[in-house]
Amino acid sequence: MRKFLFKRFFQSIGVFLAVSLVVFAMLQFAGDPVELLMGEEGSQEDEIRLREALGLDKPYVVQYVLFLKNALRGDLGISYHHGVPAMSLVIERIPATMELVLTAILISIILAIPMGVVAATHRGGLLDRIFLSGSLRGISAPPFWIGIVFILVFGVVLGWLPTSGRGGLAHLILPAGSLALYRLALFIRLVRSGMLDVLGQEYVTSARAKGLAESVVVFKHALKNTLIPFITIAGLQMGSLLAGAIVTERVFAWPGMGRLILDSIQKLDYPVVMSWALVTSAIFILINMLVDISYSFVDPRVRTN
Amino acid sequence: MTKEAIQAPQQKAADIAPPPRARSTLALLSRPDALVSLGVILAAILIATFAPLIAPHNPNQHNLNEALKAPFFMKDTLPGYWLGTDGLGRDLLSYIFYGFRISLTVGIFSIIIATVLGVSLGIWAGYQGGRVDTALMRLADFQLSLPLVLVALAVIAIFGPGVGKLILLIGLVRWTVYGRTVRGSVLATKELDFVEAARAAGARPWEIIVRHILPGVLTPILIISAVELPRVMLLESTLSFLGLGVPPTVPSLGGAIAHGYGFLLSGYWWLTVLPGLALMIVVIAINLLGDWLRDVFDPRMQN
Repeated sequence: MRKFLFKRFFQSIGVFLAVSLVVFAMLQFAGDPVELLMGEEGSQEDEIRLREALGLDKPYVVQYVLFLKNALRGDLGISYHHGVPAMSLVIERIPATMELVLTAILISIILAIPMGVVAATHRGGLLDRIFLSGSLRGISAPPFWIGIVFILVFGVVLGWLPTSGRGGLAHLILPAGSLALYRLALFIRLVRSGMLDVLGQEYVTSARAKGLAESVVVFKHALKNTLIPFITIAGLQMGSLLAGAIVTERVFAWPGMGRLILDSIQKLDYPVVMSWALVTSAIFILINMLVDISYSFVDPRVRTN
Repeated sequence: MTKEAIQAPQQKAADIAPPPRARSTLALLSRPDALVSLGVILAAILIATFAPLIAPHNPNQHNLNEALKAPFFMKDTLPGYWLGTDGLGRDLLSYIFYGFRISLTVGIFSIIIATVLGVSLGIWAGYQGGRVDTALMRLADFQLSLPLVLVALAVIAIFGPGVGKLILLIGLVRWTVYGRTVRGSVLATKELDFVEAARAAGARPWEIIVRHILPGVLTPILIISAVELPRVMLLESTLSFLGLGVPPTVPSLGGAIAHGYGFLLSGYWWLTVLPGLALMIVVIAINLLGDWLRDVFDPRMQN
C-alpha cells in the first residue's frame, strides 16, 4: 500500500510539471499582456518599465525557471488585473466551485441509484421506458441551455428561486440541479445496465433458488456489486463536472473558479491562468488517487497487481 | 466450454437470418422512432446544406427598427419573419438555419478527421505492436483523461476562435475513441487463420489491412460516430455560447442562445429557448438513430 502511494505521489509531481510546462508554453502564443494593460495611452518607457516589473523581458526559459522556483514557495505571482496574489485569488474561489460540483454529483448519485434499480428490476415496464427516454433527452440537451430553461421556468415564470449569485440553499438549487441533470441521465443508464448484468449472474439465481426474498436479492446481492464500479465511474466524472461547472457558473453568475478563469483568459492574466491550471490539475490528481485507493479497498484484486 | 455450447446455436440462427441490408431495412420499418429520427436528420442536413437558398433573410443583416419581434404564434409579429427577430433585428429562423450549418460542419468534419486519424493510428498500433503500440495507447489514455471542454477552452482561448481550428482541435482530441477500438479489432483479427493464410500466400501488409481488417471495423466506426457526432455538436454550441467557439460574426446556435440569454429577463424568452430546442431535437434524433444502429448491427449490446 505504501509503495503504491509513493508511486502515485511521484507520478503526480511529473504530471504537475508537465501541466505547468504545457500551460506556460501555450500562454506564449496567447498575446502580450503588457500591450493589453497599457492600452492606447502610456509611453514607450512606461511599457519597458512594466515589462521589467512583470519579469516579461527575460527569455522564456528564465521566465519558466523563475516561475517554478516561486511556485515551490506557493507564490505564483500577482494577478495583472486584480493586483493581489494570483494563487489566493484562485483558492478563494475553490469553495464556491466545490459546493456546486459536490452538490451536483450527490444529487445525481442519490437519484440515479433508485431510478436505475427500478428500471432494471422492471425491465421493459412503463417506468423503465420513461427513465430511458428521459435520460436520452437529458444527454441530448445542451447543458448550459437546460440551465437557462431552469432560470426561465423556476425563476422568471414561477418566481420560486433566485437565478443568479451565491447565497443560501435556494441559490444552489438551480445551478446544481442543471449541472446534475446530464450526469443523472448518464448514471441511470449505468446503474440500470450494471444491475441487469449482475441480476443475470449465477449467484443471483442461486440466491433466488434458496428462497431469499426478492428485495434481499436485489439490494443485498445485486445492488452491492453494481455499486463498486458505479462509484468509481461517478468519482471519475468529477473531472468533467469541474469542466462543466465553468459553463454553469457563467449562466448563473456563480462566483467560482470557472468565472474567474473565463475572465482571466480574456484579459490574458497569466498568473491567474497558471494558478488555475495547477489547482485544477491538483484537484484532478487528488480525485483520481482517492478513486484508486477506494477501489483497492473494495476490490482486493487491484492490490495484488 | 459451456459458453461455446451456448453460442453455437445462436451462430446458426444468424446464418439463416436475412442478409444485413434486408435486415436493417426491415428493422427500420418496424421502428417508427428511428424512421422519424432519420427524417429529422435528413431535414437538418438539407437545411444546413441549402441554408443560403432557403433562409428567408440574411442572418447577419441588422435592422434595429424591427428588433425583438415575436414569433408567429404570439402577438407583435413581423410578416415574413416566422420566428421573429433578435435584439439586433436579425431573422431568428435564418439564424437557426445557418447555425445548423456550423453545427453539422464542425460535427461532421471533426469526426472525419478523428476517424481517419484513429483508424490509421489504431491499425499502426495494433499491427506494429511493441513500442509504437505502447506509446500510442499511453497517449490515448492521457488524452481521454482530460475533459474535452477544458482542453478546447484552453486551446481556443489561446489560439483564438475559428471554425477550422475548432474542427482540427476536436479531431485531434477525439481520435482516441476510434484508435482504441480499431486497435482492438486489429489485434483480434491479426492472428485469425484466414489472415495467417493470406500472409502465407504472400499478401502484403496493406493488402491484409484493406481486405481483411478494415471491413471488420466499419460497423464499430459507424456506431461510435453516432455517439460522437451529437457530443461534438453540443460541445460546439457550448464553446460558442462562451464566445470561445466560432467567431462572433459566424451565426451559431450557441451564439444565438447566448445573445437571447441577454434578453431572457426582459421577457423575450423565445430568443434563447428556440435555438436550443432546435439543436436538442436534432441531437435527440441522432442519439435515437445511434441506439437503433447499435441494436441492428450489434445485437449483443441490446439493452
